[in-house]
Amino acid sequence: MSANVIALCYLVASVCFILALKGLSHPETARRGNAFGIAGMTLAVLTTLSVVLHGRIDLILAAMLIGGAIGAVAARRVQMTQMPELVAAMHSLVGLAAVLIAVAVVDNPAAFGMSASLPAGARFELFIGTFVGALTFSGSVIAFGKLAGLGKQFRLFSSAPVTFPGQHMVNLVLALAMLGFGVAFFMSPDKAWTPFLVMTAIAFVLGVLIIIPIGGADMPVVISMLNSYSGWAAAGIGFSLNNTMLIIAGSLVGSSGAILSYIMCKAMNRSFFSVILGGFGAEEGTATAHAGEKTHRSGSADDAAFLMGNAESVIIVPGYGLAVARAQHAVKELAAKLTEKGVTVRYAIHPVAGRMPGHMNVLLAEAEVPYDQVLEMDEINSDFGATDVVLVLGANDVVNPLAHEKGSPIYGMPILDVAKARTVLVNKRSMASGYAGLDNPLFYMERTMMVFGDAKKVVEDIVKALD
Amino acid sequence: MTGTVDPTIINLVVFVLAVFVGYHVIWNVTPALHTPLMSVTNAISSVIIVGAILAAGPAEIDFGSVMGAVAVALAAINVAGGFLVTRRMLEMFKKKKQA
Repeated sequence: MSANVIALCYLVASVCFILALKGLSHPETARRGNAFGIAGMTLAVLTTLSVVLHGRIDLILAAMLIGGAIGAVAARRVQMTQMPELVAAMHSLVGLAAVLIAVAVVDNPAAFGMSASLPAGARFELFIGTFVGALTFSGSVIAFGKLAGLGKQFRLFSSAPVTFPGQHMVNLVLALAMLGFGVAFFMSPDKAWTPFLVMTAIAFVLGVLIIIPIGGADMPVVISMLNSYSGWAAAGIGFSLNNTMLIIAGSLVGSSGAILSYIMCKAMNRSFFSVILGGFGAEEGTATAHAGEKTHRSGSADDAAFLMGNAESVIIVPGYGLAVARAQHAVKELAAKLTEKGVTVRYAIHPVAGRMPGHMNVLLAEAEVPYDQVLEMDEINSDFGATDVVLVLGANDVVNPLAHEKGSPIYGMPILDVAKARTVLVNKRSMASGYAGLDNPLFYMERTMMVFGDAKKVVEDIVKALD
Repeated sequence: MTGTVDPTIINLVVFVLAVFVGYHVIWNVTPALHTPLMSVTNAISSVIIVGAILAAGPAEIDFGSVMGAVAVALAAINVAGGFLVTRRMLEMFKKKKQA
């Protein structure tokens, strides 16, 4: 194939990728979108294989087969509750692949049709692609550990923020050093392994240091940000290889991740930088601002069943606790039982509920909850006032009315206004405060009844009591 | 103004336009599908597999081509895993028939 034909094939593949993302605007068109994505990828890979037809195609096919098999098994086996971990792991692979490709370019530019001395522009682009790739890799590994709950095995994976004195200073010094070695790599007349490798090593360390101070509930932002990085890394490699398809695909992914990070930050009313600088939830003291003797009312699953069974409308608010307890199927059963009794059941999803964007939606979809019963915060917030019973399952900060009070640390954060409902049932494991370390006045309202226990157990008990 | 445009400039043009396209397409994605969005973008960014294939391509096996082959395997995990897990999730979002 001539270079022109190859470029045109890549153009078609790029259009397929755009259509893949466009399909996700609605659940009905999403599967067709995914098919476009697969078609684009197939075309891209076949086109590239035709270029290296006279080389070690056996080696390439073997590698593709091994990787493809591992990916297919992982995709089949993964539990929906483990989706955040899987996505983090996949981000790390993109990052690592980008670094390895950059190493290969430095080693043998001729394989990519470049002059042996690596043009200056290519060296600059390699620098960008490599450090973003390395950051993505090590950052995603830490994010994976935090999401998979490996904090007990290895302290850096702790879901609580890991901080140390002078952290930001260390990061700054390392970042400057990395830039310095990047410049050295750029300026050196030919193959400059030393500055290149030192720069890459520093980027790996930086990736770890940037993610460790960020706590568990900020993970939706982190995982979106790493998603974005993995795209920019691909685009960076595209620049060094002069491959427009890579640039297009990379920028699509990069902007996707950036927009998701923005949406997540907005849903927490926090600036991107305050999330990235981390350490949120580590400080204490603010929690006691409203302290005093407060009493809460607690009830049993039977009481909850009675209240819900006699309601006209019920809204269920799922949070991370639902994912931890894997309670999605039990919740669906509860909803079915209530619907049978003539109760209208809907679900309200806060954008940062769970550990990644859309986490709750996927869990409910897995339990076969029809997606038109699952509503986003803006769609349902005005309905709480006319709702008989709200059941909050393992959510805390996203329903904390303190967000409406000036001076509270979460003031201004958009929340689900569950406090307006006639009765609020809150399921939690204990009275411990949420991630933000704040007490939640919702729990002490007269209309609120606490139902303590594991989300799945409690919901199953309610279902039994409804019979 | 004479001479040809540097490829890097053309790349930059493509890059800026693609960011705009991405921006507009992504804002239209329904929030319910944000998790499938992440997994499918993951698969799409694994199109760096084409770079890895080129790196692994030369007839003589050397350090660079071994790096390339490893990168091919890593990216292939993502390509297969990303698209398949997205399909699995999207199947769940199928319209349920009213029983």
